[in-house]
Amino acid sequence: MASNETDITLTVNGADYPVRVEPRRTLADTLRDQCGLTGTNSGCEHGVCGTCTVLLDDEPVRACLMFAVQAQGKKIRTVEGLADGDRLHPLQQAFIDHHALQCGFCTPGFLMLAVSVLEHEPDIGVDDLREALSSNLCRCTGYKNIIKAVQAAAVAMRSQETSR
Amino acid sequence: MKPGQFVYHAPSTIDEALATLAAVAPEDGRVIAGGQSLVPAMALRLAQPAHLVDINGVVGLDRLQVDAGELCIGACVRHAAFERSVAQGPLGPLLASVARHIAHHPIRTRGTFCGSVANADPASEWCLVVATLGANMVVRSTRGARTIAEPGFFQGIMTTALAPDELLAETRLPLLAVDTRCGFNEFNRRAGDFAIAMSLAAYRVEGGLIVDPRVGVGAVESQPRRIPEAEAALRGHLPGADCFLAAAQAAADAVEPIEAKPELAAYKRDVVRAVVKRALEAAEKSADSNKAE
Repeated sequence: MASNETDITLTVNGADYPVRVEPRRTLADTLRDQCGLTGTNSGCEHGVCGTCTVLLDDEPVRACLMFAVQAQGKKIRTVEGLADGDRLHPLQQAFIDHHALQCGFCTPGFLMLAVSVLEHEPDIGVDDLREALSSNLCRCTGYKNIIKAVQAAAVAMRSQETSR
Repeated sequence: MKPGQFVYHAPSTIDEALATLAAVAPEDGRVIAGGQSLVPAMALRLAQPAHLVDINGVVGLDRLQVDAGELCIGACVRHAAFERSVAQGPLGPLLASVARHIAHHPIRTRGTFCGSVANADPASEWCLVVATLGANMVVRSTRGARTIAEPGFFQGIMTTALAPDELLAETRLPLLAVDTRCGFNEFNRRAGDFAIAMSLAAYRVEGGLIVDPRVGVGAVESQPRRIPEAEAALRGHLPGADCFLAAAQAAADAVEPIEAKPELAAYKRDVVRAVVKRALEAAEKSADSNKAE
């Protein structure tokens, strides 16, 4: 069967990436292989583990469960867009401070999931937070430190917001 | 774990979508909306459609509004839209309580109500809602439009009355009377997993006694359905532990679990008893919170 590649432009972290893809190419693979943004990891590749979580128009999605051609014209945010130069995002700093990662494979997905959670619900309670984070799998930490880190980041982000 | 090749179509109007679907349906063409069931199936090569007709860009399919006593849910309305109440009366809060059981939020931001209904997974929460409350499915093709009611729409495991060239354009759910007491319960082992069993219960009370009982069970048989034996155990009785238990037992006895092993079927019946009882208890609790408001 002849290849049916098409030219599309993805907008990732504010920059345009013109890429040529087959329609069957997932957003996760395209971000990694065509855009060179390897921060987004691919885990189970069928929507279960959440490690490929990115934000699409500020909503969290599984990048393995959509095709790159479907993401045209959308605002895509990945883990590479979190830090401001050398200054880490409060969530990234909190993950370090609270030992919320060990092997680090799930971390980009957790960070993007947590960013969307705190952007939508800055005062989220621990029960709702646990439910929200149950979306993603981590095989190392046992989750407790991830929850602690997100709670600490929530405090940091709220004080950042009020000091503006 | 990579999907096979397909030809991608991205129509922007409903007429264009229907024409494309009519052209590619005989060549194994399929509709993709949220893709949260289809794309995993493609990654596992359980599905290898030759064409995908992407309806995400079709104008007007994201309509979600109440019209003539029905909640009209367009083909591209996402699960996440229901996380907050979208309709007056008991229906909105009921749908919100159901929605949080559908996978996880990042799945709910993409997956659609109508996509779940068209996919007809026996463990789909929305299919249980459609079967229990009774809904009308508005179906369109180049041959015209027709409305298919449930019962009649679901026809077995992942099988519906939809023809290959037909698009489920809208699902219409009847609004519930303001005094309807309704509850939902689902059992699974991990948050976001497919249900092992789930139940939706709704009834009203007149003169202290239950009228219009509806008890649906999902994830147990090849498709969700109402359980008349459970409803009979409720009708005309005082709402409370005694008749809830009787209805739960009646449901457990009535279902035919699609399990090859007898011990697993017996387990499913146990879980059915539990989820029906809990759904009824949640319904009764919803009456208390109505009073409190």
